[in-house]
Amino acid sequence: MDTQTLLVYFAKASYLLAAALFILGIKRMSSPVTARAGIKWAGIGMGLATLATFAITGVHNVGWIVGGIALGVIPTWLWGKKVAMTDMPQMVALFNGMGGGSAAAIGAGELLKFSQPGAPVPPLATLALAVVGALIGSISMTGSIIAWAKLDGRMDKVFRFGGQQALNFIVFAAAVLAGLALVAWKLDANLVIVFFALALAFGVLMTLPIGGADMPVVISLYNAFTGLAVAFEGYAMGIEALIVAGMVVGAAGTFLTQLMAKAMNRPISNVLFSNFGGGGSGEAIAGAQKPIEAADAASLLYMAEKVIIVPGYGMAVAQAQHKIWELSQALIKAGKDVRFAIHPVAGRMPGHMNVLLAEAGVPYDLIADMDDINPEFKTCDVAIVIGANDVVNPAAKTDKSSPIYGMPILDVVDSKQTIVIKRGKGTGFAGIENALFYADNTRMLYADGKEAANQLIAELKAVEGGGSH
Amino acid sequence: MIDGFLALYIFMLAAFTGKEIIGRVPVILHTPLMSGSNFVHGIVLVGAMIALAHAESPLAIAIGFIGVVLGAGNAAGGYVVTERMLEMFKSSKDKK
Repeated sequence: MDTQTLLVYFAKASYLLAAALFILGIKRMSSPVTARAGIKWAGIGMGLATLATFAITGVHNVGWIVGGIALGVIPTWLWGKKVAMTDMPQMVALFNGMGGGSAAAIGAGELLKFSQPGAPVPPLATLALAVVGALIGSISMTGSIIAWAKLDGRMDKVFRFGGQQALNFIVFAAAVLAGLALVAWKLDANLVIVFFALALAFGVLMTLPIGGADMPVVISLYNAFTGLAVAFEGYAMGIEALIVAGMVVGAAGTFLTQLMAKAMNRPISNVLFSNFGGGGSGEAIAGAQKPIEAADAASLLYMAEKVIIVPGYGMAVAQAQHKIWELSQALIKAGKDVRFAIHPVAGRMPGHMNVLLAEAGVPYDLIADMDDINPEFKTCDVAIVIGANDVVNPAAKTDKSSPIYGMPILDVVDSKQTIVIKRGKGTGFAGIENALFYADNTRMLYADGKEAANQLIAELKAVEGGGSH
Repeated sequence: MIDGFLALYIFMLAAFTGKEIIGRVPVILHTPLMSGSNFVHGIVLVGAMIALAHAESPLAIAIGFIGVVLGAGNAAGGYVVTERMLEMFKSSKDKK
């Protein structure tokens, strides 16, 4: 065996090990106890596979390769290090778009190679999967970039116009036809360009009409897309590690997308093809919202034994999570049983709120999922709702005419007392009134989340100090 | 080259694996897990590196180079972001 063959064997063995590390890493990332080790395992796999690749590639174009890696790694690493926790979802979208673009570039390179005059005719499966991978990768790239722009507040508008669905369908059909023509008819360089232009355009068009609140599901879907694109290009290039890693991510991502869509009670087809809020606004609510001052709210908290805090994205927008944790620590010190109740879609993505609370220092064993905490509200003395609205709206259970009917909610309405911290009287994302805010045992503390938490901490101290306030 | 049916088996088994290994993921880990799987498909970098290594014409080198830059960005960014998110997952016992 010559050195070259040995080096190829070495690289292939490293890929095998990397694929195993990816699978074990993802497996570990699905439990909070082992998650931190999981990403390290996957990281070792990635480093190993990248280094081993130099054994295969030899010295040809090695300067370009090293330069390209440096150009890709350095800015994203630095950016990823300093970006705020609240902005993580759009960063995931952006990096995912890069992966899709890379898969599309591999596809483009393969098609270019096949279309050279005098090039050997590729096997049908190789050509077909190179085309399909390029199509999916291109859609994932431009779609993810639009998703990033929307979540990052660079593109606020939801673009909708008459005949949009028809246009999207035509562009998609044209992209598929161009792809079919490449596979079955003629590998023409101009046709390759048309094919990519259509695929890239479709990614943009598909994402434009989708609202910001649905973006998590869409990003997860594009994550699965990129996985599939990587797997298909891996087949076209004959690299098993890409097939396995890409397919594992494709399947896990699809499953995760379903879990997220289910948590939001939004079928994936609705997210992609329909507009939110088309239904009625639900029944009108009799009665009035009853305001409360921070001093009185602090007294309620002082007398409570069991307190459940229900944070929503409004809390993160107000950057109030650190103050809320400070308040919770004060309550815990006073001997209260304090827990955080997290709705599956609290924050901008499932699990996002947990990350935000964790960043503020809240230990994860104080954080409870919806199914675990819901029976607890009956015995809860005071529930504090901060920046959450639709996810605590009892209309989801009681009012069939409500657009959110059927969505799982936190049963805050069962709590003995509820304090809602809210900036004003406006409705939530779905634009519907919330009966919880009008309930007899609910009091509204109208204030900015951070300010309200500050006041509550101060007033709680005053109450504890003997009420000499 | 990988035989057609053997490839189908690899695709199928990898797909089942992907679904099974995240089967019982708690909601609190959805976002980090999405980010982590986003990192894993950064393995596309390896494909892009090999494609670039075999590129001859200036156009092929340009396309390969773009592939390597984007793939490396996917892997590096995905890793940093995921690690930062997971760094937050400490139980109250881990902290003094």
